[in-house]
Amino acid sequence: MDSYQTNLFTLFSGLAAVLIIASLIGFVLARRQPADSDSNVIENLNARIKAWWVMIAVIGLAFVWGRHGVILLFGYLSFAGLREFIALTNTKRADHLVLAAAFYIVLPLQYFFIWIDWYGMFSIFIPVYAYLLLPIVAVLRGEVKNFLIRVAEVQWALMITVYCVSYVPALLSLDIVGYEGQNILLIAFLVLVVQSSDVLQYVWGKLVGKVKIAPRLSPSKTVEGFAGGVLSATLVGACLWWMTPFGFFQAGLLALVISLMGFFGGLVMSAIKRDRGIKDWGNTIAGHGGFIDRLDSVIFSAPIFFHIVRFYWSV
Amino acid sequence: MMDLLVKITASVSANAIIWFARFITAVRGTWVNITPSRRKRVYFANHTSNGDFILLWTVLPAHIRKTTRPVAAADYWITSKLKTFIGRHVVKAVLIDRNPKTRTEDPIEMILAALDQGSSLILFPEGRRNMTNEKMLPFKPGLFHLAENRPEVELVPCWIENLNRVLPKGEIIPIPFACTVRFGAPMHLQKGEGKQAFLARAEQQVLALSPANGGNDG
Repeated sequence: MDSYQTNLFTLFSGLAAVLIIASLIGFVLARRQPADSDSNVIENLNARIKAWWVMIAVIGLAFVWGRHGVILLFGYLSFAGLREFIALTNTKRADHLVLAAAFYIVLPLQYFFIWIDWYGMFSIFIPVYAYLLLPIVAVLRGEVKNFLIRVAEVQWALMITVYCVSYVPALLSLDIVGYEGQNILLIAFLVLVVQSSDVLQYVWGKLVGKVKIAPRLSPSKTVEGFAGGVLSATLVGACLWWMTPFGFFQAGLLALVISLMGFFGGLVMSAIKRDRGIKDWGNTIAGHGGFIDRLDSVIFSAPIFFHIVRFYWSV
Repeated sequence: MMDLLVKITASVSANAIIWFARFITAVRGTWVNITPSRRKRVYFANHTSNGDFILLWTVLPAHIRKTTRPVAAADYWITSKLKTFIGRHVVKAVLIDRNPKTRTEDPIEMILAALDQGSSLILFPEGRRNMTNEKMLPFKPGLFHLAENRPEVELVPCWIENLNRVLPKGEIIPIPFACTVRFGAPMHLQKGEGKQAFLARAEQQVLALSPANGGNDG
């Protein structure tokens, strides 16, 4: 085994160990819970842990399959996310062609450009071509009511669920000297930092959370959860430096940026949900809500992470 | 031999239809004050799209789906070979003739016969697709006659959300939209309840499940 395979192996055995411990804790908590308790915190916790096993398994399979597996996996996640997002928009019958183009042309093309490694195209395709061409398709049907709202909603849906999500597999296209063939570990680093930041915020918030940070957006988020979660996720990121091209402190700094973007991204997505009067984007993943609920923090951190790494490390 | 072939094709098509419906709509069923059961039931829902009963059918657990048949208009389902095959063999629809002048069998009799054979049914009491801006069209009296003749059957109100946006009339490309089917508490004809009162109550039960009326899932 070369160092890449060793690192991948270490990573997944570490994750399995953490999940086994989490599952055991969840099992014991469920056993100790009085039968007449109507709190569903523990039930929700166990549903989350179970979903974690499935998610890690899926990501693991995609990693084993390599670059193409990862691209297809995130392409599917974009599709599922777009499906959830579009259901909340004001789009009308007159937007039918626009939506068809978003799902069946823009989304596949974006991932195709990543597949063929065409940075000059995938980095501007949606903000330039899709943003300008889709309103033209919309205007041809002649429906002017709520035009700006409808156009903006579809553009944002594409931005959030396709453009930003596609930055995760795009990490595979970065050329970093001395790190050739190991870029999948960059994805692992990103996803791990984001998700551990989410989990640690949840844990810190449940343990010592008192002061609500944004009561109107997300009643469960607290200042203590935010500070504890972001700081401990930064530490987790720094401790993962061995699988990245970064040094210990660099990895920590990047993890800090990722966690902050993830946190505020989560707030932005909450604001959209509040506005539309829903609690979750869907209920496809038990205990976690919809696909976007699990992706929201990755969505905001992936493009920034990509461009920082590209600027400072890539040739 | 031919029978077996038809059976296999029908079962493969049924699964293909269900998976396609799930891919496009990520449809989920929400059971409010009711649980899925093999009991003989008539599911009645709002009707905005030709795909309505497929969606309802998709969210039913497989063992219940097997014995649940949609009541559908013959004039729509016997227009092409493919539709006839799907209507007769895949979803085993109870095909009724909506035109009183041409029909040879009474639709109510056909519906009752299907119930007596042990099937549960899916019914759209509006009688046709709702193309208006109203949330629903007034119910036809069929549901009342059914409740009167088979008082033991549970009438289950259902609300199908978003499907009309997947494939509006006149479009050919389906757009993926997250859809929901919501099932409400079963109802029966009450003692001394008249036709109008019963139909109004049935409409009310369906509308109560729509998201604007707090039917959103917590």
